[in-house]
Amino acid sequence: MITAALAAPAAIWLFLFLILPFCAMLVFAFGKRAPEGGYQAAFTLEQFANLPSRAAAFWNTLVLAPIGALLCLLVAYPVAYYLAVKAPPQRRMILVALIVVPFWTSLLVRTYAWMYILGSRGLPNLLDLVGIADVRMLNTPGAVLLGIVYGYLPLMIMPIYVSLEKLDLRLLDASADLGARPASTFFGVTVPLSMPGVITGVALVTILLLGEYLIPQLLGGGKVFFIGNALVDLFLQSRNWPFGSAIAVTMVAVVVIVLAVSMRIAWRFAGARRVDLV
Amino acid sequence: MRAFVVAAYLFLYAPIALVVLFSFNAGRNASEFTGFSVEWYGKAFSNTFLVQALQNSLIIAFVSAVLAAIFGTMAAIAIERMSERARLVFDGLFAAAIVVPGVVIGIATLVALVTMLGLINPLIAGVWPGENPPRIGLGYFSVIAAHGLFTMAVVTMIVRARIAGLGRDMVEASGDLYATPFGTFRQIVLPQILPSIVAGFLLAFTFSFDDFIVAFFVSGSKTTLPMYVFASIRRGVTPEINAVATTVLVASLFLILGAHFLMRPRSNKPVEG
Repeated sequence: MITAALAAPAAIWLFLFLILPFCAMLVFAFGKRAPEGGYQAAFTLEQFANLPSRAAAFWNTLVLAPIGALLCLLVAYPVAYYLAVKAPPQRRMILVALIVVPFWTSLLVRTYAWMYILGSRGLPNLLDLVGIADVRMLNTPGAVLLGIVYGYLPLMIMPIYVSLEKLDLRLLDASADLGARPASTFFGVTVPLSMPGVITGVALVTILLLGEYLIPQLLGGGKVFFIGNALVDLFLQSRNWPFGSAIAVTMVAVVVIVLAVSMRIAWRFAGARRVDLV
Repeated sequence: MRAFVVAAYLFLYAPIALVVLFSFNAGRNASEFTGFSVEWYGKAFSNTFLVQALQNSLIIAFVSAVLAAIFGTMAAIAIERMSERARLVFDGLFAAAIVVPGVVIGIATLVALVTMLGLINPLIAGVWPGENPPRIGLGYFSVIAAHGLFTMAVVTMIVRARIAGLGRDMVEASGDLYATPFGTFRQIVLPQILPSIVAGFLLAFTFSFDDFIVAFFVSGSKTTLPMYVFASIRRGVTPEINAVATTVLVASLFLILGAHFLMRPRSNKPVEG
């Protein structure tokens, strides 16, 4: 009784603003676009059949999101390794906090910073002064990837740091005592044991990137656009709500698939690790 | 190794530092610092649109964070007492609220609210006795509803983690000493989970204050601060935006440091995203 009363506000909220909106979106996705924009009741697969017309957005997202996540991993791993294994213990907490803080400050502002740096009055202007003229940095896939690595680096570092922190350092000593070179200790012991963190980080960043709007919008300038950008365009410019809903439903399906696959991989690694240690 | 790590920290902080530095630039140029000035702050804050956007953001962030803190805490306590099956349903829904991209939350809320309001408004007009029946439109309430979804999930997660770490012995002792369940809650449980509630509130506030994409879809005619910043970025990069960006940065920095400080004493872990 008390339990039900305590849970009621959250339950109502979840129903009204999560379950109901999703049902509405599903209904819209099978509907038709009214002549003046908006929704007209129907039951048709027309919108889903039309998905290939936004293939470029899907392609960009499904290619650049995983590449971005992997680039992020390349930068994040050494940092996480340093924080968990090499950093002096008394300074570790402050160094970790310094990684977390940027993540909780506005992504818009942090992306704007790169727009500022890569824009024609920033770096290209400096390059111009030393004689390298006409370099375009903004509005390229490279700029979008840079923005992705920058924006999501903290989120990648944290899970890897957490799994490396649990690493028993005596295992590394044992490996060295048994004659393994540092490189083979690293790839044979450290990396496999940190895999759960790596998988969590890559999955988390990839999933968030699938819904990214700001980074491609500001650093890709409409030339490198993601599904999120196509959605904003469909909803707020061309007012084709049913088609937009169909894309959003497809996007949720992609997110669920990525999540399921990564959970499966993570599970396998967790299982494998347990066997190894016994 | 060390060099790489130093470079990584520089990479994280240099762009932000640059934005802050050039917000104090006397000139307009992005690659040349021509002198110290707070002129751009004055310009920015004498702009009534910006002040209005800031006010909207503060109202939305405050209300959604308060509601998230209260309802999220209630849900966290309730979930602990639920049957296994009900708990799984709640866990699944809260996980969905966190994992589903903001763009989709924005769209789904927009579609549902516009449909619902399309039904409700004629009803109100039908029963309204006077001449001009009130019309409910998108605005504060829709942004608060959509933000509250995610932030409630965050608060519930944080508070549940704290409750899981509490010993049962104090609660049982309190019961043995004939305290009422509410008395036990107020005197034993609440003081212990309060830091996590406040931390959850601050994170919820920060999230709502910084959110762009959800508000972009559901705010109707209201403009939030991130929406204002976004619109002015599209008009062109000027030091005025740097001034606003710096202000936003400093505000969220204070909030996050507050949350970090509150969550630290017992768990030796930093705030994690």
